Amino acid sequence: MVTEDLTVKGLMLILFLVVVTGVALPLSSFFVRVFSGELSRGIPGRIEKTIYRFIETNSDTENSWKGYARDMLIFNGIGFVILFALLLLQGFLPFNPEKFGSFDLFTAINTATSFVTNTNWQVYSGETTASYLTQMAGFTVQNFLSSATGICIAIAVMRGITRHSTDKIGNFWVDMTRCTLYILLPIAFIFALILTSQGVIQNLDPYVQANGYGSTGQQTIAMGPVASQEAIKELGTNGGGFFNANSAHPYENPTPLTNLIEIFLILIIPAAMPLVFGKMTGKIRQGWMIYSVMLLLFLLGFCTLYAAELAGNPLLKELNVSGISMEGKEVRFGLLGSSLFATSTTATSCGAVNTMHDSLTPLGGLVTMFMILLGEVAFGGVGSGFYTMIGFIVLSVFIAGLMIGRTPEYLGKKIEILEMRAAVITVLVPGILVLLFSGIALVLPNVTELMKNPGPHGLSELIYAFASMANNNGSAFAGFDASKPFYTLTGSLAMLIGRFVPAVAMLAMAGSLAQKKKVPPSSGTLPTDSVTFSIWTILVILIIGALTFFPLFAMGPIAEHLSMVGGI
Amino acid sequence: MSRKRFPRLGAFEPKLIREALVSSVLKLDLRQQKENPVMLLVEIGGILTTISSVIEISTQKSPFFTIFVSFWLWLTVLFSNFAEALSEGRGKARAASLRQSRTSVPARKLKEESFDATFSEISSSDLRKGDLVLVKANEIIPGDGEVVKGAALVNEAAITGESAPVVRESGGDRSAVTGGTTVIANEIILKITTDPGQTFLDRMISMVEGAERRKTPNEIALEILLIALTGVFLAVVANTYSVSAYSAASSGRGSPASLTILIALFVCLAPTTIAALLPAIGIAGMDRLFQLNVIALSGRAIEAAGDVNVLLLDKTGTITLGNRQATEFLTVNGRSNEELMEAALLSSFADDTPEGKSIIALIQEKTGTASFSPENVTFIPFSAATRVSGAQCGEITYLKGAYDAVTKSVLERGGTIPSDLKGKVDGVATAGGTPLVVARNETIFGVIFLKDILKTGIKERFADLRRIGIKTIMITGDNHLTAATIAAEAGVDDYLAESKPDDKLRMIREYQNEGYMVAMTGDGTNDAPALAQADVAVAMNNGTQPAREAANIIDLDSDPTKLLDIVEIGKQILMTRGALTTFSISNDIAKYFAIIPAALIGIYPQLKILNIMGLATPESAILSAVIFNALVIPMLIPLALAGVKFKSMPASKLFAYNLTIFGLGGVIAPFIGIKIIDLVLAGLMYT
Repeated sequence: MVTEDLTVKGLMLILFLVVVTGVALPLSSFFVRVFSGELSRGIPGRIEKTIYRFIETNSDTENSWKGYARDMLIFNGIGFVILFALLLLQGFLPFNPEKFGSFDLFTAINTATSFVTNTNWQVYSGETTASYLTQMAGFTVQNFLSSATGICIAIAVMRGITRHSTDKIGNFWVDMTRCTLYILLPIAFIFALILTSQGVIQNLDPYVQANGYGSTGQQTIAMGPVASQEAIKELGTNGGGFFNANSAHPYENPTPLTNLIEIFLILIIPAAMPLVFGKMTGKIRQGWMIYSVMLLLFLLGFCTLYAAELAGNPLLKELNVSGISMEGKEVRFGLLGSSLFATSTTATSCGAVNTMHDSLTPLGGLVTMFMILLGEVAFGGVGSGFYTMIGFIVLSVFIAGLMIGRTPEYLGKKIEILEMRAAVITVLVPGILVLLFSGIALVLPNVTELMKNPGPHGLSELIYAFASMANNNGSAFAGFDASKPFYTLTGSLAMLIGRFVPAVAMLAMAGSLAQKKKVPPSSGTLPTDSVTFSIWTILVILIIGALTFFPLFAMGPIAEHLSMVGGI
Repeated sequence: MSRKRFPRLGAFEPKLIREALVSSVLKLDLRQQKENPVMLLVEIGGILTTISSVIEISTQKSPFFTIFVSFWLWLTVLFSNFAEALSEGRGKARAASLRQSRTSVPARKLKEESFDATFSEISSSDLRKGDLVLVKANEIIPGDGEVVKGAALVNEAAITGESAPVVRESGGDRSAVTGGTTVIANEIILKITTDPGQTFLDRMISMVEGAERRKTPNEIALEILLIALTGVFLAVVANTYSVSAYSAASSGRGSPASLTILIALFVCLAPTTIAALLPAIGIAGMDRLFQLNVIALSGRAIEAAGDVNVLLLDKTGTITLGNRQATEFLTVNGRSNEELMEAALLSSFADDTPEGKSIIALIQEKTGTASFSPENVTFIPFSAATRVSGAQCGEITYLKGAYDAVTKSVLERGGTIPSDLKGKVDGVATAGGTPLVVARNETIFGVIFLKDILKTGIKERFADLRRIGIKTIMITGDNHLTAATIAAEAGVDDYLAESKPDDKLRMIREYQNEGYMVAMTGDGTNDAPALAQADVAVAMNNGTQPAREAANIIDLDSDPTKLLDIVEIGKQILMTRGALTTFSISNDIAKYFAIIPAALIGIYPQLKILNIMGLATPESAILSAVIFNALVIPMLIPLALAGVKFKSMPASKLFAYNLTIFGLGGVIAPFIGIKIIDLVLAGLMYT
């Protein structure tokens, strides 16, 4: 029987958030130094130069937004081709002790898209499908590159807002190199070692055959280079597990400590991004305002989920089962560790799971789904969370600015037609994808056969699948079989559009903002770092989310919840 | 001065309402609706529900619910058309009265620039740029132009509504004439400056009428948001169909949401309120300006006015009354007051300027003597070259003027400069006055203190502007000391003293480079470059043609203080847009709580808990939401036409204030409204 001491848990949560904030602050200064090129001296500088010579780029020249977007798309396109080829050819390649064959075509398309778009939706099961080479040279490499892509875009957006009267927003190759070299590689390396110390495995051995207890008989225990992938999986909010069980697997996430470390890694870069923004623009308060908006949304989600799980299912109480329902949760993490992980992984675009979201209470499941559908802005994916949040802020500023009688501006930059278009695309496209694809899927024949639990819960399973792909989350509600070609292909489409359309739109916005002059602030300027404006932004985010998905929720988790409490 | 303004048209004059009603039906034409995509979709919804009610009648289902819904959808579109038609109607009525002056008149086209040159009589509509035209008394001026020869009294009531005639003469800043106005006395030759169809009157008519109304960038940006939201709601409604079909099948209860319900849901969610009122807000803003006798030559200019954060204001006429008044005599070098006053009197008795008159008035007040007319005196008028004025009595010359001009003249005559003169002059300047030095031949007697009189209420106005973040800059030809004092007295933020014509242009560029939006007023030809550069450029109607062409707003009353009103109206338009958008979107929350439980209760009975308003039946709930959605449009028409009241408070407070009223109000109001409508409907159904 599990009970919760709320005071202790509350203090733990506060301590945890203090640590996240405390580390995000110096990390944000580090980001500023990395992207301004301050660190590119001495030995690292020489390494950088060698790389630039190899890829033939001049680190002193910067690009317009179009050039930046083009380079970003080319780079990710190459990444896709390499990974796709690797998946199709892995059967002929080394580091494949289990002699896995190649991925089938649809799974390969879906998987390659998934890892290039930082989604890491997995229709395959890692330990029974992917060779060590695929895991290391394919997935792990993309984990670094796709998350660095997100960070680069966010940095370019920050430059657009900060600069004026120029069309240059940076050099993608330089940003990409610096981000990977100075930020992602060192942090991932250190944390891979820490995780190994706690029992996460790191080897290239064949799978181990063991005798299980009692009647289970022979067992195969999967091995592999897990730690090196685990650290970047969380740090880059990628979320694609080495094993099918993801972070619920003891070799990925063995102890309560590794659990907290992994949640910390998921949150740390997204939490640092608004503070980087504050430092880059010289408007520290603005950075903290965005940080607090994110934090409040996060806490709102967490508290609802935690409370829903704490209340549990009344029907179980009637059956004299007392205590918290731990079905689908790992006992070694407990309710707090599971709820915090579930909130963090959906509020960011991570998608790693240590809990089966399918087994959460209807309202708990609603929270995970809603956090994804809000566009993942409660810290959000690395980089993408920040620039999506900027999209929301631009919308909020637009309406708020009108209400004070000025054509709207954000940090001195006028919000005009192009900015509006970019913001609207960024904020609304993933939601429309979810509505369209799930709408089509639901009228297809035999859709219920793919669901483990037809009815409201099955609906949640289906919606979650598309929500997760369109918003590049990658976690699954499970219980829904999305391996049919229709789902792998529409899913790939959703992932591609959900990733690159907002990314290019935000780069376009950055390009347009960079060209504008800065309007000096006065008492007639809407303060965007005030409490009123923070509340307004939160309301805009929640209202847009609620208005878009209310009917879906009503027939999914809400109907299910009402059935449950009504005993139907 | 008699003053005949344009007739003030109330928004709800019966005649205008009648016309608007007719044209709101005509606007149902789908081709016209495509300007407003949101309402176009609502109308298509109306058509679909109408068809489906016909089908229901023919298949003998109970059609009443569908009929009611489609009826109210049509009303929603009509209300929207009505709002637009009503705002256009006022403009059209005004344009009609302007158009009367545009009728083509005969014109004497001259061969050369001479009153007795040969001419050919052609129609005014055949006049082209550069043509020379002779206009005699009691004739209508055939086109916009510049007086190149002669001077005349012109009645400009057709344009300005002002019946007192004005002088228009060649050269200088009063040379522009407008087609459609009438010469009352004398004859003039003018050079036509615009081709037919592009005259000031034409532009005015098309602006007032709204015919050439292009959407402003901000309107387009807002429309992008509205269309995107509408797109999302279309997707929501389509998705709701699929999900309800799936849910009905899997629960074995109820049926998928019907077309009528889906359309009702869509129309209620789509931002119809703001989409319906958006065109009216812009047109009504133009109209409010017109009531102030201000013509904006583009919608963009008004919007820019809302954004202005620097105002360049000429001191004279805007901040101070045009005429300075003498208030004190200050003697120098031990001269007596009488000597100074006598010299001042003689130098000013023939001076017709307000300053000259005020000097004589002050002397009369001090000495109590009646005015006198000395003989043998010739008046020396003020000229820009000498910068002095005065009188010549035989051998004796009386002069008054600026310190450096008078001292120069005295030194030329071999006189000396009294040692205490400089101190007195500076004293006057420091006190915000204009010092006039008075001399007889080579002797300086003293200084006249001319005081600038601030316009009443101007100080409060500047304080208001500062509160809303607008910086005011006074432009003056005065020296630094005088300028500083008046600036402090009026409460402007900054001043530019001893300004030369190109200083304005330079200053505007500097501010714009720093990102400011600059507004200015001007009337002279040398203001034209600065007017062209400014973001909001208000030209006085009595200004020169180049000034009027460079500007984007024309003030028919030629009152520079109006700039402040223009800024307020610009802000009002934007605020009204923002407020109604917020209101419109906030309304959706209540509508969801009305429609979703009603639509889905057949599938999931447990969803009745979402019916927090306790609406009577699913049909009444959906109808109430649709009716509320329709009725809110006409209820908000007065607000859209009058604009949200502008409050002079800092942005942060204003935002919180409007957010509470229109955001929170927008959430709460429909809960109450829908409940009331539902009570009425339920009452009707049961009886």
